[in-house]
Amino acid sequence: MASGKNVSARKTKAARREHGNRAAYAFLAPYVILFTIFIIIPMVVAVGLSFTSYDTIQAPTFKGFLNYINLLTADDIFMQKVLPNTIIYALIVGPGGYVLSFLVAWCLAQLSSVPRTILTVIFYSPSMTGAVSMTVLWKIIFSGDQMGYLNSFLMRLGVIDAPIIWLVDSRYLLPIIIIVALWSSMGVGFLAMLAGILNADEEIYEAAAIDGVKNRFQEMIYITIPTMKPQMLFGAVMAIVGAFQNGAIGVQLSGTNPTPNYAGQLIVNHIEDYGFLRYEMGYAAAVSVVLLLMVFAFSKFFGRLFKED
Amino acid sequence: MAGYKGSNINPKKFEIGQLKIILALLPLAVFMGIPIVFIVCHAFKPMDELFAFPPQILVHKPTLDNFVKLFKASADSNIPMSRYVFNSVIVTGSVVLLSILFSTMAGFALSKLRFKGKYALLEINNTALMFVSVAVMIPRYLVIDALGMKDTYFAHILPLLAMPVGLFLVKQFIDQIPDALLDAAYMDGASDFKIYRSIIIPLIKPAIATTAILAFQQVWVNVESSNFYINDESMKTLAFYLNTLANQNSNVAGQGIQAAGILIQFIPNLAIFLILRKSFMNTMAHSGIK
Repeated sequence: MASGKNVSARKTKAARREHGNRAAYAFLAPYVILFTIFIIIPMVVAVGLSFTSYDTIQAPTFKGFLNYINLLTADDIFMQKVLPNTIIYALIVGPGGYVLSFLVAWCLAQLSSVPRTILTVIFYSPSMTGAVSMTVLWKIIFSGDQMGYLNSFLMRLGVIDAPIIWLVDSRYLLPIIIIVALWSSMGVGFLAMLAGILNADEEIYEAAAIDGVKNRFQEMIYITIPTMKPQMLFGAVMAIVGAFQNGAIGVQLSGTNPTPNYAGQLIVNHIEDYGFLRYEMGYAAAVSVVLLLMVFAFSKFFGRLFKED
Repeated sequence: MAGYKGSNINPKKFEIGQLKIILALLPLAVFMGIPIVFIVCHAFKPMDELFAFPPQILVHKPTLDNFVKLFKASADSNIPMSRYVFNSVIVTGSVVLLSILFSTMAGFALSKLRFKGKYALLEINNTALMFVSVAVMIPRYLVIDALGMKDTYFAHILPLLAMPVGLFLVKQFIDQIPDALLDAAYMDGASDFKIYRSIIIPLIKPAIATTAILAFQQVWVNVESSNFYINDESMKTLAFYLNTLANQNSNVAGQGIQAAGILIQFIPNLAIFLILRKSFMNTMAHSGIK
């Protein structure tokens, strides 16, 4: 830290305190210990187990890259169902939900306080409840007989003649999962973006109008988004994580794992299937590692997009 | 000059021009809101309205029958519902309080104190924002098993305490406090702990409220810990109980009970958000990842 000395001369006392500050470690200790036990170690264990074969009864045996090789070459279900489902789901619910959140936040920011607050609560409410508890609700709406709300509604409109068994029909399960996930996608990231837009300096907007910004759309592209890049990135990360975290609802909705014809099988269900139903922990761990890499890749992509230079 | 004057972000009062924005948002708001309205109505429907054909969304003669049945159903089983409520209150209270304590402590150190490894730690926590906990549920299970925490409150509480998003938001918020303010206190001989308690904590109330909301939302509806780490029925939580009840009563008659159960989970969430909303939005303004 040769150059650090010059900088620190200008810094205040709080920032100038010594390296190896014991108090700092004391303040950090509880968080760092729990973070290590429940986030770092499980990730390390997942990576470790992914190179083994482990059935929870006998000790793990080292298998090298066998699990990954099997995953990529021998697991037809993964390649033909789970991976395409996950990619379709993640692209629509992740970036799609993200763009939707931003547009809604952008619209809301142009409203006065009372209507904005009411609408914000409406948009945010679904994400509060947790996807699992809400599957009950969706099961009632998508119920497969004529008592089902959607069936009854569509039959009265004359769109369909006979009730559709929505949650068991492999044609409809994935779209329904996507709709439910989008419904609960406006969470913390959405609020962060709304706060980011509201927080913008009004003078920038006035200056932009004088400099020739002609309409709201130009303003959004040239002013709003660049001034709130950090919030945009936070929102993006939250959207991706939320999408993958909610990725297990297919099993709750259809009531079975695997889902009918693997139609709603996402990567999280595949982990549960191998880990908790077949007890092939090594293989499940390899799938987990692939999942973490996917989330990471998505987030890094958005990081590039909103990098501040 | 062109007539465009720049759009009005955060206008002070309502104008007719805002109506078209509201109209544009309305279809989406209906899509987001109807399930909530539906669940509220369903929870208060008497039996004949649950069976009504064609099914109706709105309730006509609201009754508390479903809630009564919900409590009765638990009286028939071995474990009274009050036990699940008790467990949930203990677990939720501990998670909210401890995650506030730990993330403000760590946030203070990361923002204002200087120590070896600070930037590495910040970088690790920022990366952990991308952490998807469902991906590591199996190794987590193995860790909890190895630590002998199965069937204890620890299994409910401890895994939820390290919340990277909470720490991140708190740290960003503490960054806004000028160093000069702390300097004055250090000059007067205040210790780090004194600064944390008498300066930092009072100044970051919005960030504390935010952490409380996020922690509450995570723990209150969490069924993962009851599902995987707890075998003893009497140690499971309300969220788990309501969830099983929902799976047992999947016929039309049980729908009212299910809806009542969901409502019990939803209302505290909504209430806390409404009460702490201003603080929450205030914290969100500093949420950017730089």
